[in-house]
Amino acid sequence: MKAEYKIILELLEENSRILDVGCNDGTLMQFLKKNKKVDIRGIEISKKKVQTCVAKGLTVLEGNAELDLKQFPDRSFDYVILGQTLQAFVNPQAVIKELLRIGKKAIVTIPNFGHWKVRLNLLTKGTMPVTKTLPNNWYNTPNIHMCTIRDFVEFSKVIDFKIFKSLALTNKSISKINNLNLFFKNLFAELGIFLIEK
Amino acid sequence: MKNDKDLKTIIIKKPLKLDCGKTISNFPIAYETYGSLNDSKDNAILIFHALTGDQFVSGINPITKKEGWWNNVVGPDKSINTNKYFVICANVIGGCMGSFGPNHKNLVSNKIYGTDFPVITINDMVNAQVNLLDHFKIKKLFSVIGGSMGGMQVLQFVSNFPDKTQTAVPIACTYSHSAQNIAFNELGRQAITADHNWLAGNYTSKNKIPDKGLAVARMAAHITYLSKKGLQEKFGRKLQERDDFKFGFDADFQIESYLRYQGSVFVDRFDANSYLYITRAMDYFDLAKQFNGNLSDAFKKTKAKFFVISFTSDWLYPTQENKEIVIALNAIGANVGFVEIESDKGHDSFLLNVPDFLQTVKNFLDQSYKELKNES
Repeated sequence: MKAEYKIILELLEENSRILDVGCNDGTLMQFLKKNKKVDIRGIEISKKKVQTCVAKGLTVLEGNAELDLKQFPDRSFDYVILGQTLQAFVNPQAVIKELLRIGKKAIVTIPNFGHWKVRLNLLTKGTMPVTKTLPNNWYNTPNIHMCTIRDFVEFSKVIDFKIFKSLALTNKSISKINNLNLFFKNLFAELGIFLIEK
Repeated sequence: MKNDKDLKTIIIKKPLKLDCGKTISNFPIAYETYGSLNDSKDNAILIFHALTGDQFVSGINPITKKEGWWNNVVGPDKSINTNKYFVICANVIGGCMGSFGPNHKNLVSNKIYGTDFPVITINDMVNAQVNLLDHFKIKKLFSVIGGSMGGMQVLQFVSNFPDKTQTAVPIACTYSHSAQNIAFNELGRQAITADHNWLAGNYTSKNKIPDKGLAVARMAAHITYLSKKGLQEKFGRKLQERDDFKFGFDADFQIESYLRYQGSVFVDRFDANSYLYITRAMDYFDLAKQFNGNLSDAFKKTKAKFFVISFTSDWLYPTQENKEIVIALNAIGANVGFVEIESDKGHDSFLLNVPDFLQTVKNFLDQSYKELKNES
């Protein structure tokens, strides 16, 4: 999803230290490194993907974000990125807290479970939604903690973090989310992108 | 055993104060090189060998006539590509392939040192080898690489000489020898010293070799280099050239025969006293202790880029111990990558043909070198 990467790129300041949590095969890291002067590291659970990242010349640690973030000191990164991974954690609350401890800021993107197709899917079929962005069945999905854009906004009050920027990605177009349009963004956006801070 | 004239050596004139308090000078370091140093002298890699290794990393070892110990990894177009990099490897001090060791003659007493040789440490080893940089007029290495005890030397080298390498690759190692590691080494030393031919270390002058003890030491150690699964798959309960048990203590099982063979070929190429000295050096290794218990402090001054590698089935230097190095580096914001390679070949994985490992080493080095060239 190139549009998502571009938004993330614009949120980052030059010369900043970045950690990409769950960096996958390093596509985002490589994109950011190429387009901005940044010092970027990654952490990834899959051995094969770590090896792919090494082949791309990226600095990546094999590790589990739910266990291995504790080795990083407080505020040791300017930004910590969590791209479409929050829903896969056993304890998303603990992960967000860790992101906000090790990063001065965090960028979290979430696939929006409030999207109308998801809602319609459940409403009409009566089965757990399977869509383009969420292609797995309920029994084999890694996404065990799906949330909506509204859920994430509410979440900020529960575990007390500030949302600096909230953006919605709808059909490759980007728009700001605010209190007035939240209902519609939560219905039509495929992805929510949040810049947050403790 | 060998002809020292075949070995490349440099004599270190500068006195070296050892951790044990003694000072040595005018001592030899035997080394070998592969590939060629480029004009900008930025393509040199110093490889550190493990307990029973030597300077003959690649190709055919001219002394043993067998493949170099890291021939799977080092050579033209291999992971550590000698068409591209200039590889240097030295025999550690305390060793028995030409570097200053217990089988050398004490020029004062005119006797073989034996156990009069000073006890050396990993720190002493790297302090001796750094002289090779001056010899080749290399200001900064591209990389320091090593597995097992070689990995310990990598860590110690970067700690002692933070500006002398661009990258560092410690493989299947630890920053502090565990009780289990020490226990296995002690078993080996006891086997050697219990051999009647050891003669308190003076066997050479009496024309004896404590070969039984050294072979047992090697057999015990060899088991620690393999995994249970690997052993089971390779040998299982297969019998050695017989249909049934012989009801005696001959080598009935293939694994027995294999270990006996490993022990017997080892004594032809390795010195028993060297085995005592080098295992001692490993046991004394505790990099955190050198920094009052804070391992991170060992790496505070370096800007080197690290890549730490461990193996899933290595129970001698398990992943967790390798990860502790990564954690210490991350605690100070050092540049460090880490991967645990899937392999059922145990600790020995770093020496063997493990494709994911070979590819990862190659990618890390080549990408890092490319980056270095882009920056300059």
